[in-house]
Amino acid sequence: MLEESLQPGWLSEEVKTGTTIIAVEFEGGVVIGSDSRVSAGAAVVNRVMNKLSVLHDKIYCALSGSAADAQTMAEAVNYQLDVHSMEVGEDPLVRSAATLVKSISYKYKEELSAHLIVAGWDRRGGGQVYVTLEGLLCRQPFAIGGSGSSYIYGFVDAEYRKGMSRKESQEFVVNALALAMGRDGSSGGVAYVVTIDQTGAEEKCVLGNELPTFFDE
Amino acid sequence: EHPKMSGSQVKGVSTGTTILAVKYRGGVIIGSDSRASIGGDYVVSKVVNKLIQVHDRIFCCIAGSLADAQAVTKMAKFQLSFLSIQMESPPLVKAAASVLKELCYRNKEELQAGFITAGWDKKKGPQVYTVSLGGMLVSQPFTIAGSGSTYIYGYVDAKYKPDMSREECMQFATNALALAMGRDNVSGGIIHLVVITEDKAEHVIVPGNKLPKFHDE
Repeated sequence: MLEESLQPGWLSEEVKTGTTIIAVEFEGGVVIGSDSRVSAGAAVVNRVMNKLSVLHDKIYCALSGSAADAQTMAEAVNYQLDVHSMEVGEDPLVRSAATLVKSISYKYKEELSAHLIVAGWDRRGGGQVYVTLEGLLCRQPFAIGGSGSSYIYGFVDAEYRKGMSRKESQEFVVNALALAMGRDGSSGGVAYVVTIDQTGAEEKCVLGNELPTFFDE
Repeated sequence: EHPKMSGSQVKGVSTGTTILAVKYRGGVIIGSDSRASIGGDYVVSKVVNKLIQVHDRIFCCIAGSLADAQAVTKMAKFQLSFLSIQMESPPLVKAAASVLKELCYRNKEELQAGFITAGWDKKKGPQVYTVSLGGMLVSQPFTIAGSGSTYIYGYVDAKYKPDMSREECMQFATNALALAMGRDNVSGGIIHLVVITEDKAEHVIVPGNKLPKFHDE
């Protein structure tokens, strides 16, 4: 049965950030990374989207799922965190940011279909990574998400070690993203990597031809 | 795009599973987990051997509906023994894979099983072939399949090297299977491995308590 439509699929299909996102804690900070592909069905709508959204100076979140839902959630939390940090008079905790994201995820879980991983650095807890899927709040040493993450569960399980250095964590993130982008049709483009520590957030973009290659490439 | 042997799509007992085959210097290793389940709910058997010997130096492993796989391999075994009498020499690995492919392709409407065939023959030495759900036949240096294989694409892409030694290859296969069994709820039990070389086909079992452990275990 062939479906014939006068309109191309991408006009009627929801725009998803079918994606790969990953965040990992290291001694003194976190590294958070994502790919850059946004797809609507089979079409790539944006090949250079930065899915790492700023929630505060030293707190970022990685977006996955429905592009619109994820962006809206991130903007809402960004605003709420600004208000909160003014009230408290100092930089917000990563856990506070994650809790705000979780509250929205949980309250609107039927309407929204986005998953945000929250990662950052604060004075009290150092580098932290929080998972907020479907309204749960859980701190993990590292987290992966998005459609491409299925393919790298084995890799991250095998390669993650406690106490990695900043550089090792960055390599871990870039390797994981490259592997996922190689296998997942909805992930690709460039890799965005943000490293957050006491001094601030350092953003880096790893272009397609600079990504690590593996045995068959 | 790769055939997904998700247990939930298969009626009856399925080997929702993880299987793989890897070529190394001088031989091949074919391996699988040992769980047979109905959907994701009930484990029918904890110790199924999914590695079927279709000839002296040719093994295949099955994913998908257990009943379909048994019927097809029985037919293939018969055709291959007949072929080896006609040709007066052991069948080529490609011939074995071809027989399975014909059966899968001609009966694609009724069957829901995919195969990995691996073995050794005099003409080309160690070889690995995949027959997918619809009947496509492809030769590869290594291949993974089954529901649990999604989680280890990243790991095998990163860790495979051509021309490994026997020990390196055993470690690679064992690690990959253990990682998949750790994440896929319809794969589990023990690891079955068969090491096929010119001289013999050796069955190695890695019991549950000897499986490699990773960072969170």
